[in-house]
Formats: sequence, structure tokens, C-alpha cells
Amino acid sequence: MLEADIQLRLSRLDLNAAFTVAAGEVLALLGPNGSGKSTTLRALVGLLPLAGGRVVLDGTVLEDPAKRVKVAPEKRPIALMFQDYLLFPHMSAVENVAFGLRCRGTDKKTAREKAAQTLARLDLAGVTDAKPGAMSGGQQQRVAMARALVTDPRLLLLDEPLAALDVSIKTNVRRLLRDVLRQSNAANILVTHDLLDAVALGDRMIVLEHGQIVQTGTPAEVTARPRSSYVADLTGVNLLRGKASGTMLELDGGGRLMCAGPATGPTLAVIAPAGVAVSRQRPEGKEWNAWLGKVSAVDLMGDRVRVHVDGTPAITAEVPPAAVDELRLDDGGELWAYVEPAAITTYPQ
Amino acid sequence: MAHEGTAREKQPFNPLLAVLAALAALFFIFPLIGLITGAPWGHIISVITSETAVQALGLSIVASLSSTAIALVFGFPLAWLLARGSFRGKGLLRGLTTLPMVLPPVVGGIALLLAYGRKGFIGKPLESATGITLPFTLAGVIVAESFVAMPFFVITVESGLRSMNRRLEDAARSLGASRRTVFLRVTLPLIWPSLAAGTVLTWARALGEFGATITFAGNLPGVTQTMPLAIYISQSSNMTDEAIALSLILVLVSLVVMIFRRDRAGAG
Repeated sequence: MLEADIQLRLSRLDLNAAFTVAAGEVLALLGPNGSGKSTTLRALVGLLPLAGGRVVLDGTVLEDPAKRVKVAPEKRPIALMFQDYLLFPHMSAVENVAFGLRCRGTDKKTAREKAAQTLARLDLAGVTDAKPGAMSGGQQQRVAMARALVTDPRLLLLDEPLAALDVSIKTNVRRLLRDVLRQSNAANILVTHDLLDAVALGDRMIVLEHGQIVQTGTPAEVTARPRSSYVADLTGVNLLRGKASGTMLELDGGGRLMCAGPATGPTLAVIAPAGVAVSRQRPEGKEWNAWLGKVSAVDLMGDRVRVHVDGTPAITAEVPPAAVDELRLDDGGELWAYVEPAAITTYPQ
Repeated sequence: MAHEGTAREKQPFNPLLAVLAALAALFFIFPLIGLITGAPWGHIISVITSETAVQALGLSIVASLSSTAIALVFGFPLAWLLARGSFRGKGLLRGLTTLPMVLPPVVGGIALLLAYGRKGFIGKPLESATGITLPFTLAGVIVAESFVAMPFFVITVESGLRSMNRRLEDAARSLGASRRTVFLRVTLPLIWPSLAAGTVLTWARALGEFGATITFAGNLPGVTQTMPLAIYISQSSNMTDEAIALSLILVLVSLVVMIFRRDRAGAG
């Protein structure tokens, strides 16, 4: 069980993140570049001293600046797998993996045996004596995983473990990682900016932006009710902010929407692109939720087309490919966007 | 992380390039041929086993190895500080410590006299306190050689420390390595090529040192007369055979070290 309250003042970032991770749980830390994800991991490991807050792992205080407690990085039962792996180039795979065991007092023979076993478990028996420079990216990634796992850490930190992999092997490695994490009884933190990783591997999610936690919850909760445009963009939904009174939502940037359910006060509204219709003519008989805008971009997403309409508000609609031609979407002209009240999900800000 | 270079078209043959390169190579090879053909092969054994030659070679080896050891002990911390430290005047300090690399050695010798000589502002109190004097002693030779050669070690090791990925040290720390273990098992092996290159360069520079040595330590046979000094004296007193034979020894020693270094450090 990790109880963390990370407070850091860096030149480019003020980081304030308090969270807990239970033993056996996987917390996915999601956020854009520069949001403080990797910094959080460096602070947990002890490579970056805290300005305030504290880090408690399994009841042991690892860091508490107010009480001048700081356990050295090498004394913490934590393993960190780096985004770029940082394998030691002058050591073979088995030496890389045995390194942590040797540092923590295991004798040479036992360390090598355990390292070789861990490598075999990750299907790396063939590269035991190879140096990182002679391995493929996927093999290096698994050696890095083995090196982090072999010491049986109480807290396992994975920094973008799949980011540097080829798309072709990502799915397999993700499955392998999921199996590894399922068997783990450590507290696990997975840093990623890939929503798929967070959903597939995380039990719980934290969304970090500009060093602040903007949302927590299960992956299902977070993706269903995003609280930031970052998450909304990842899931591909429209997120609008406004003030509700009854079923009328006055949007912050201008415009208003008629919603199916009543609400009051600051409200967020989510609209799936498939729930937005577009047409050249003003939709007939629609008194509400129809507005005129200009096509700003057209993207192909699989067998659907996303049309970004710049209006008040700006919104993304999803149409079948045939509509691009029918509606002459590429001429940049004006277009009506229309949303059924039932397609709008609202929840308080 | 692949080490193979990018595949590219084979360099086309360029006659001008080939001729200029050949001239450059011959320029270096001819003097060696001159040394070999001009050597007094008939009585070379007696020349190189003469008292002057044996003493000079012995002094050269002792002094150059001592100044290399001094460079390792004192130069490494300096290189570390220049590479890793953050303090005011670091650029100035780097400039000053590497000045001897570009300074004419004879100027270095005069500067050494003014500091560590019997009337120097360090040498004078040193003598009155301990009775130790540096000029015209073996210690003086070592001081002169260190002054000229150590910068090569500092610069090479500093650039090695700068170019290594320090995050590998973070990784080692996160795996449970103490600072000592990180240094011994990660940092040292990673900068090993620079360390080896710096040591060889420093030693070679010390072995060939002439100007600062003769100015600061003089030219006393058996005390401060190293090989380069002995060669110069032989040459200028018309004992050309001796000069050539002694030069060949230095060439041989340097050649052996360069070949050894290429094999060990893998420098191509």
C-alpha cells in the first residue's frame, strides 16, 4: 500500500499530487507531456527530493520533508522501469537483471540464477548473455521489465513501458505486461499517455495536467465522464462547459444547448461525435441545438469520417465517408450542426 | 540503439584525395625510415647499453610513470569537478588547467621556476619549512612533466564524463546501488575508454617532455637528464649515432603502447 502526497516546486512545474495505491492494484497515471508524470515517479524513487508532502509505503515513511526523513533511493523497496529502459550497455542481459539483486545483498550465484529464471519467464532465455546493443527494441524492453521485477519490489513504477515499441508487437507485450501485473502483489503505477494502455492495464486512473490531479476514477468512469479536454480528446468525444438551469445549458464560450435532463450550476456536457448531425440546410423543425459553423478539418477514422465544425460552440461530428462527397465537406463552406438533447450527457463540474 | 552505421554508397575513388592522403602518410613515414636506416646497427648494442642511455631511459620511465600516476590521482577529481560540479568560475578554471596544453613548454618551465623554484613564492617557504627543493631534482622532472601532461588527462576524462548518460546512474541507484557501487560498476566501466585514452596520452606527453623539464629541472646526467634531453645533448655535441639509437628506443616504446592501446580501447 502506497500513500503518496507529492509536492514539488520545479522551474517549469508545480507538482501537487496526493494518491494511494493498494497492494496488487495498478494505478494508471495519464497526462500530456510535461504534466508531471515522470517527475512523480522520480520523486517516489527518491531521485528528486520532495519540497512537501510525504511518501509512505507499507506503513514505512520513506520521505517526509517536514520531519527531515528521506530514505536514500537505494534503500527503498521500489523498482522503476524507465521509458528508454536505461539498460547498462556494458553488461549482458543477465548481468543487467542480476544487478539489483547483487546491490541488495544476494550472492552472485543465486542472483544469476534468479535473473536467468526471470529472463526465461519473459521469454528471453535466448538473449541471456547478449548485451543490450545486440538486442531488438522489444527484447530490450522485456529485459528492462525483468530488471524491475526481479527484486520483488513493494512498489513497481512503469514509465511509458510500451511507448518505444513497434505497433506490431505492442499488443503482445501489453498482454504480457497485463499478466505480469495481475500476478504482482506490489503497488503498481503505470505512467502513460496512451488511453488504451490505461484502460487495458489500469484498475484505477489518475489524470494529471500541469502538475495537478484533474480526475480520478476507474477507466470506465473517467472515459465516460471526462473532466478535461485532454481526456475528452483522447476518447474522441466533445466536452463542453457551461452553466445549467433546468434543461438549458448556457455554454461558457457562447451558445446554448437544450439537454434531456435538468441540472443546475456549473456543468459539463459530453456529446459523442456520432450524436452530432451535419447538413447544408437548416434542419427543419429543430428549434434548439442547431447552429451554423465552418468546416475546419476532416479526418478519416477507420471507416468513419470526423468533421470538425468551427462555430459557437466548436464541435466534432462523425459521418459516413459517403457524406464527404454528398455534403461537399471539402469546400470549407458553412454547415449546420445539430444535436438531439438525448445525445447530451451532463454532469456537474 | 543499433551500432551499425547507415548503409551508404561506397566512397568513389578521387585521385586528388588519394594523392594528398598518400603525401600526408609518406610525410609521417619518411622520418621513421630515416631513423631506421640511419641507425648505427653495427654497434647499436654498445650505444644503447651505455651508462648515459640506460640512466636516461630509467629516469624517463620513472618520471613519466610517476607523472601519469599523479595525473590519475589529482587529475581525476579535477576532471570530475569540471564535468559534474556547478560553481562560479568553472569555465575559467577549465581554461587555466588546460593552458599548459597550448603554452610553449619552455614558458611553462619558467613559470614553474617562479612558483616552485628556490626563490619562488611557493618554493621558498617550502624549502625553509621542510628543506625540500624541487629544481634540479628528479621530483622537479616529475613536476615539470605533470604540469605539461596532466591537462591531457583532465580534458579527455572530463569529456568522457560529460558524454556518458548520467541517467544510467539514476537507474543504478533505483536498483539499489549505493553511490560507491554506482561509481565502480556503472560510471567507471562506461568512461573506461576515455580513461584509458587519457592515461596513454598523458604518459606519452610526459615521456616526450623537453622544454619545461630542461628549464625547471636542468640537465644533470643520472639525476634529471631524461631521454629527450640526452638525445638533444648527443645531437648537439655531434654524437649523432647515440642520438639516433636513443630516438629509436623512444619510437619503439611509443609504438608498443599505441598498439596496446588500440587493442584494449578498441580505438580505430
